[in-house]
Amino acid sequence: MSDYQIKKNPTVYDAIIVGSGAGGGMAGYVLANAGLKVLMLEAGPYWDPKTDSQQLKNPWESPRRGGGTTRPFGDFDGSYGGWDLEGEPYTKKDKTEFDWYRSRMLGGRTNHWGRISLRMGPLDFKSHQIDGLTEDWPITYDEVKPYYDKVDRMIGVYGSVENIENEPDGIFLPPPKPRLHELFIRKGAQKAGVTVIPGRGSVLTEALPGNKDRGQCFFCGQCGRACKVYADFSASSCLVIPAIKTGNLKVIPNAMVRTVITGDDGLAKGVSYVSKEDGQEYQVNAKTVILGASACESARILLNSASAQHPGGLANSSGVVGKYLHDSTGASLSGFIPELMDRKRYNEDGVGSVHIYSPWWLDNKKLDFPRGYHIEYGGGMRMPGYGFMNGIEKRNGLVPGKDGKMKEPGGFGASLKDDYRRFYGTTVGMAGRGTAIAREDNYCEIDPSVVDKFGIPVLRFHYKWTDAEIKQAKHMQETFQSIMHEMGAILTSKLDGPETNYGLEAPGRIIHEVGTVRMGDDPKKSALNKWCQAHDCKNLFVVDAAPFVQQGDKNATWTILALSMRTSEYILRERKKLNV
Amino acid sequence: MNRRDSLKALGVGSLSATLLLNGCKTDKKKAGNDAAAPHVEEQGRQPFEIERDKELLSEKFFTDHEMASIIALSDIIIPKDERSGSASDAGVPAFIEFIVKDIPDHQTPMRGGLKWLDMQCLNRFGHSFPECTHDQQIEMVTLIAYPKKATPDMKQGVSFFNRMRDLTATGFFTSKMGVEDIGYVGNKPNRWEGVPADVLKQYGFDSVS
Repeated sequence: MSDYQIKKNPTVYDAIIVGSGAGGGMAGYVLANAGLKVLMLEAGPYWDPKTDSQQLKNPWESPRRGGGTTRPFGDFDGSYGGWDLEGEPYTKKDKTEFDWYRSRMLGGRTNHWGRISLRMGPLDFKSHQIDGLTEDWPITYDEVKPYYDKVDRMIGVYGSVENIENEPDGIFLPPPKPRLHELFIRKGAQKAGVTVIPGRGSVLTEALPGNKDRGQCFFCGQCGRACKVYADFSASSCLVIPAIKTGNLKVIPNAMVRTVITGDDGLAKGVSYVSKEDGQEYQVNAKTVILGASACESARILLNSASAQHPGGLANSSGVVGKYLHDSTGASLSGFIPELMDRKRYNEDGVGSVHIYSPWWLDNKKLDFPRGYHIEYGGGMRMPGYGFMNGIEKRNGLVPGKDGKMKEPGGFGASLKDDYRRFYGTTVGMAGRGTAIAREDNYCEIDPSVVDKFGIPVLRFHYKWTDAEIKQAKHMQETFQSIMHEMGAILTSKLDGPETNYGLEAPGRIIHEVGTVRMGDDPKKSALNKWCQAHDCKNLFVVDAAPFVQQGDKNATWTILALSMRTSEYILRERKKLNV
Repeated sequence: MNRRDSLKALGVGSLSATLLLNGCKTDKKKAGNDAAAPHVEEQGRQPFEIERDKELLSEKFFTDHEMASIIALSDIIIPKDERSGSASDAGVPAFIEFIVKDIPDHQTPMRGGLKWLDMQCLNRFGHSFPECTHDQQIEMVTLIAYPKKATPDMKQGVSFFNRMRDLTATGFFTSKMGVEDIGYVGNKPNRWEGVPADVLKQYGFDSVS
């Protein structure tokens, strides 16, 4: 399992995979299990949840009590990275905004993600008919469905059969039951006309049939730290580490890929990378090169791989590489449920993914914005951490004290200490995640004058929200307020208005960025064909979220996994036909 | 792998959850004082994180005088009662010392706020805050602890005290003593079967699942 030390090797691998996240991990798993000799390059260190996860640590075991100084989602979060990496800058153009989250580690961002595992629906793949604003994928849901099914069986996902047209059901393990605050939310949402169904998450609420390597969930609610018994999906634990065990996959960690090398025939020969361990440059060769470095990083590698045969960047004769970048929209609201004050204590950690979930439920013909969003919910008796009940002075004057009298907000002493106890476990939060329209004018490109510490030219982003996304955020806020009202909650977060785009997060903050190396049937309008194979370079594939033509409101990971599996099986078929 | 095997894989075997949690701890300092000398965890952390923690722990930000104020204020905010000890019993002052180094945005408001407080007390009582009697300290704190009631000339003190209250609450309720006090009983292997029946009944959800 540990043959991942760096060696300079004249070997020509069957395939080189750049990146070890959902896309790269799945490609490595499929190809290594099929007997191919595969080399995987990961820009961060080797990381195994079994030994490296901070799961089951108590808040006092962190000097910052789980605060987010060095990791944006807290000291215990399973991510080596963030929106800002030392020595690895990116720039922004025309005062537009884009925040780029990178996890440099085996498994990438799948170690810390929310495990919310949604299939895109038939309408998400063919969305042009809805309003003409977006382009269709070259593939249909029915073509991807068999791969979603295989991913469900192989990795495991809980959920419930709902028969909602554009929220396709999967092959589900039982979903966790709702927590108390989630029953309040469900009741309020129903009154507000909002659909609530059980969540869908890649957590093994029961043993995964036929799999002896992965443990079963023991309900600590800490999937974000990555699971030591592999009961949730991380690309590290579920794909890459098992693939290493086949003996066919070698991983080189701390290998930052600079370019894909192409030959006079225009085909990919291998890649050039810098080792973060010795600062040396290496070149490795393969018959097939597969990029799974993340949507933006893969676009960056292609654009930096310009050559005589590929003057505008590799796989970029269409000029679309870097364009059509889109991240989910996001806005949120929080409050508390007075009825839950002084509630009984018990362990309600549950799973670390969502227990309940609202799929998009409305008809856009009656709305002033295109497309929809889903809602994720939070709250309850969580493990205290940095910022615990911050701003109690904004809360403890809003409801009567135990004596039935209103209190002066703020305070100190025994009565304040008791307020913390009374309010504990009353908070609720809602967050919308919606469809952003893929636009040519939202893009990343190579900054002509800036390099990172490895001398690799960096990305420059240009991204603007439009009325479509802002109005969607406004609708989210109105919906959240209406649910909060119906469930008897009191709002605690400030209400965002037009001056803050209704709380619409800056692009990149939701970390669902996709679309930068899109697929299509027309080589003039797309970089990849429907198998995620470069139109211009037949032994080059992209398996992360870059090939997405247009995402729905669904989180990208499950689709990345399905498409990467589909592409990997295509590569195996083409190899048999000696095409690649 | 079933749930029992999962726990075996975690190294739990047939041990109870409590033992598991104890077993996970690398330091066995007495309850409440965990913040006094935090252990720098290395497994699963990046070299720069480990270095940074060690460096911050070796530095001293607050003067002894400032620290005396922090101890007094934190114990005024969270005093000992029948259920648990005080903020300083739970190591809150050491947490505050660490966190202002970790999050430098706290430094000027905390240092300046403590100085503001000293000046108020010198003018009112002829003593700096830590040298005031407990009653004088309470009198002063009362002027800045209630944002809506505070007079305009006390607003800077209100801002400082809001921050101090937040940091004290974090420090206390994230300590072992505070977690026990607040009644967080998770962070251990278990099986989630939904809301307990008596609680469902209490809130009128017993007819739904």
